[in-house]
Amino acid sequence: MSGGIAGQVGWVARRSIRRALRQPAIVFPTIVFPLVLLAVNAPGLEEATRLPGFPTDSYLDFAIAVCFLQGALFALTTSGTELAHDVETGFLSRLSLTPLRAVALLLGQVAGAVTVGLLGTALYITVGLIVGVSIAAGVGGVVVLFALSLLVCLCYAAIGAYMGLRTGSGEAVQGVFPLMFVVFFLSSINLPRDLIEVDWFRTIATWNPVSYLVEAFRSLIIVGWDWGALWRGFAVALGVLALAAAGARSALLRRMERT
Amino acid sequence: MSGVLVTARWTAARNLKHAFTNPALLLPAIMFPLVFLLAFAGGLSSLGDTPDFDFRSGYTSFQFVFVVLQSAAFGGIFTGLAVAADFESKFARRLLLAAPARLGIVLGYLAAGAVRFAFTITLLTVVGLVAGMEVDGTAPQFLALIALAFVGNAAATLYSIGYCMRVQSVAAAPAMQTPIFIVLFLAPVYVPLHALDGWIHAVASWNPLTALLEAGRGFISGVPEDSGLAFGLVFGLVALMALWALRGLRRAEAGDR
Repeated sequence: MSGGIAGQVGWVARRSIRRALRQPAIVFPTIVFPLVLLAVNAPGLEEATRLPGFPTDSYLDFAIAVCFLQGALFALTTSGTELAHDVETGFLSRLSLTPLRAVALLLGQVAGAVTVGLLGTALYITVGLIVGVSIAAGVGGVVVLFALSLLVCLCYAAIGAYMGLRTGSGEAVQGVFPLMFVVFFLSSINLPRDLIEVDWFRTIATWNPVSYLVEAFRSLIIVGWDWGALWRGFAVALGVLALAAAGARSALLRRMERT
Repeated sequence: MSGVLVTARWTAARNLKHAFTNPALLLPAIMFPLVFLLAFAGGLSSLGDTPDFDFRSGYTSFQFVFVVLQSAAFGGIFTGLAVAADFESKFARRLLLAAPARLGIVLGYLAAGAVRFAFTITLLTVVGLVAGMEVDGTAPQFLALIALAFVGNAAATLYSIGYCMRVQSVAAAPAMQTPIFIVLFLAPVYVPLHALDGWIHAVASWNPLTALLEAGRGFISGVPEDSGLAFGLVFGLVALMALWALRGLRRAEAGDR
């Protein structure tokens, strides 16, 4: 194993990326599921663009932002189940006997999930452009979109890593997915918050971090450079990442102590 | 005949005990429809203000019917997955050997599916009413909606049983769910059929689920339409899926996949 933290991260990351890309059951849902949902939901909800105050005349432009989040959501199960598998098979115990540092192990282990998430991001943008989505923020916006997508994938992957290390069970990680699904739907993914009529739903959506993530993605596509939405989106992503990474690191250290 | 009933009762009781004592199995079947009801009826209620939305009972009732039919379909899928799990644990092989009449196995799973769905639909109705759902139809009309959902649930359960008898693996769940998911969302989910434009309107017009949705929405709003067509379709589907499930049972008996 090459010395230095970068070398250690690279070693674990290569294994994680190879492992993720070799499994169609991981790559396929991340890539296809968000696009299928977009294809069936966008025409069905086109009527929403006739609501006074709706920010665009194409629901497709509005809805494509959701794909980036859905793709990132799969990073949670990918990184979590892969780490839990390493716990279950004893691979993590063997790694703990090497001079590998905890931060290198964590960063490397989530690399596979994040790579698949970023591949999804590239595909959603490509498909979006082919079917007529226009990105108001232009080429620079695409770069920021990738940066935000990377950050959001890292957030979910870190939550997955925390769950995988804490429980050491792939089944338990899969069990978190429905909860994330609930959080996902109780947000502003389908309508802007100011157009949600039901008070309790608007309140939940306002407190839900997912709303700010989707609004940041969406702003680049339908508004252009909305610094307020971008600032809130990046701040939420960084905050969640910091919390999840701290949790994952602590769970990793505890697990390594145990072994 | 008594052998069929004994096997059915025993299979149903075992399945229900397993489902109701295992939160990991029970929660998704309950939680997903509830989340959809809250997310659609709560988050999308402004769609009720669009010019083409003319459903008299309001947006919550409009979405309630979709969520009920969706939970009927996915409830059936969840029940069928128990068949696959039983094959994976080798229990199904022992059941096939021990059952006095194997038709009872299919009937048992079907009955268990109906009981599980009764639990879900009761919960959905209570949450719908609390969330402000208006029922403008009469009691018999509302019961007709419930009956339509139960027959739909039977069709989905039989489809799922037939599928799982063939593949005998829980890993096949996504492949089994995807067609149902697509059929469900290629119907007028968010707005009435006449408010849809383009290819989705054409596809939804030919989608059999649209007839079920429109009949259900007719029942809840007290203006029944296409009820005969909807019941005809769903009973036809039950007959087809019963054949599919029984052929699946025969293949499982023969040890084929």
